[in-house]
Amino acid sequence: MAVMRYREALNQALREELARDERVFLMGEDIGVFNGAYKVTAGLLEEFGEARVRDTPISENTIVGMGVGAAMTGTRPVVELMTINFSLLALDQIVNHAAHIRYMFGGQVAVPLVVRMPQGAGHQLGPTHSHSFEALYLHVPGLLVAVPSTPADAKGLLKSAIRDDNPVIFIEHEYLYGQRGDVPDPHDGEHLVRFGEAALRREGTDVTIVGISRMALTAARAAEALADEHDVSAEVIDPRTLRPLDLDTILASVRKTNRCVIVEEGWPHGGVGANLAALVGEQAFDWLDAPVGRVTGADVPMPYSKPLEQIAFPHEPQVVAAALATLRDS
Amino acid sequence: MATTPAAGQRRDRSRSAPAPLPAPGAAREWLATMLLIRRFEERAGELYAKAKIGGFLHLAIGEEATIVGAARALRDADYLISTYRSHGHAIARGTPPEAVMAELFGKRDGCSRGRGGSMHMFDLGRRFMGGYGIVGGNLPIAAGFGLSAELLRTDDATLCMFGDGASNQGTFGETMNLAALWRLPVVFMVTNNQFGMGTALARHSAVTDLQRKGESFGVPGVRCDGMDVADTHAVVGDALARAREDRQPVLVEAITYRFRGHSMADPEEYRTREQVAEWRRRDPIALWSQRLVDERVIDEADVEELDRQAVAKVDEAVAFADASPFPAPESLYDDVYVLGDQLRGWYSVDERGPEPHRGEREREMPAEEIPAREIYDRHAAGPHEGADERPADEAQDAGERAHDGERDG
Repeated sequence: MAVMRYREALNQALREELARDERVFLMGEDIGVFNGAYKVTAGLLEEFGEARVRDTPISENTIVGMGVGAAMTGTRPVVELMTINFSLLALDQIVNHAAHIRYMFGGQVAVPLVVRMPQGAGHQLGPTHSHSFEALYLHVPGLLVAVPSTPADAKGLLKSAIRDDNPVIFIEHEYLYGQRGDVPDPHDGEHLVRFGEAALRREGTDVTIVGISRMALTAARAAEALADEHDVSAEVIDPRTLRPLDLDTILASVRKTNRCVIVEEGWPHGGVGANLAALVGEQAFDWLDAPVGRVTGADVPMPYSKPLEQIAFPHEPQVVAAALATLRDS
Repeated sequence: MATTPAAGQRRDRSRSAPAPLPAPGAAREWLATMLLIRRFEERAGELYAKAKIGGFLHLAIGEEATIVGAARALRDADYLISTYRSHGHAIARGTPPEAVMAELFGKRDGCSRGRGGSMHMFDLGRRFMGGYGIVGGNLPIAAGFGLSAELLRTDDATLCMFGDGASNQGTFGETMNLAALWRLPVVFMVTNNQFGMGTALARHSAVTDLQRKGESFGVPGVRCDGMDVADTHAVVGDALARAREDRQPVLVEAITYRFRGHSMADPEEYRTREQVAEWRRRDPIALWSQRLVDERVIDEADVEELDRQAVAKVDEAVAFADASPFPAPESLYDDVYVLGDQLRGWYSVDERGPEPHRGEREREMPAEEIPAREIYDRHAAGPHEGADERPADEAQDAGERAHDGERDG
């Protein structure tokens, strides 16, 4: 094991996959000479050269579209969008093309493309630079969606994403880039994390808390507070990927605890939690002792002002309160 | 397929003389393919009116020389990518008309297995890389093919065809810039048929000299007579040589005209009958067959025979499409994903049952137990429900046009 930051783990994953498979290449805005807006690609241009680490103009839809075309014809592009907010400019290529090409052309071709981008609020970037869009991409059949919350998962999932033959929306988090964690040493063998396998972050018996992306960390801290201050034993699950979704692990936990709270940073309507609550309701209704609780970002564009912004996305106290509410209702 | 002219033999673009005739076999084959596309499109229009074909139907009648001239300038390993008006592009690339017609019928043996329909033809084996339903959506993808050629060090060029309307999309400028910046082996070809749907060129583009629209991005332009298959072939051949050998992307503007509406749902109130008649005097098939007869490559009887053969091929295509089954209901979830060791299934939900499934459940079920089996059977039995819901003028339009004497043209 080695302790490293989330961004370093991602960098290691990219470096290993570039070295392993010469069909892999990177392109994105300022990923080369500038070393990446969040330094995830630092040093890669120097190591792998301009052909495989390509600085692009600011043309999100076309960068992704070129990735689609390149992926259809024998290469394995990894496209970085500077933030998920800019992926809205590329939605046509992501949804109409990357996600649908294999199906609409009768399975004749695959699109092994990875689109990486960070999301999240908390840096006072206001309404156009603070989105959380995992629900948007979760909506689309044909895409895989990863939301790693730890350095180890960031590395293992990114390596798996690059090797997968499907288009992958790989959602990083601006807050998480600087977080440290244990990552298995490359000398101990390849560290791959399979899509569709949730991580049980903490075992518990009273309530299941599912945390998405950064909210997996918030959920874990809330679980500590629940144990320390309320004598409540919370089980914390990080799904790690939303497509495919490891619903079985979540359902097994809910059947044990009989209560469920879902925590996400995005908006409440049509959110990950809305979807998951419906699935849990359909699949585990008889085991539920309380309605499924959701803690989400506020239903507003993200405000700039610090105190307003801070109350517009979830923190531990809201998660604790939601968990306690499921216990009160029963 | 015809070979691309070598770099040293590039054609003088002074345009004083008509493009030279190709070898007699090629000249004849170009005519045969244009006739096949014409007859195919006419029949598709008739079958649309009879509700054998659903959705939208965009016919390329009038644009056959643009399609065949361009396609014949490609090598077999080159990529061709097109738009929602692409039945002819698939046929020109060698996709059997049977597979194209079966796709229009939504049948299992269609070239996109009944998943794509008229707007989304595809034939990987012949490097026909697709019809695309989003205007301008195919340009970045074409540049991606060029990028693969660059990275994999192949000699393959890409020809990307799109309409005049697409030259106003953001992807046009973005892609021109990137293709020139990275010196990608891509030829962009704007099929200027004078209208972006129903909006005339001068009403949708400030610059109507479309070949110049790439200049500021570093993509030089050339123009060809899209009604002249030999001119189109020569100009696109030159452009492909520049793209392939000099890594210089080029924009080719083909001046052409579609004799039918934008789609079958087009009452054509934006243009006059006189204008259509004017363009029909330069019917690309009539022009080419006349030239071949004048220059004694073929005679009138040959033209008639080629036309008979084209009609017979279309008859066979319709019979094939009729006989092909609809895709099986249990195939609904096929090919959403590449399943394998990493991805064995995914949780999804739909209206057909309360339980989520992993996408592969249908394949494991006995056919009679498939949810919605009754709805499937009803629609597989005859013309689909939506057929009655088409606007009246559209059905009428299609019916009238099927008998407007074009077969004699």
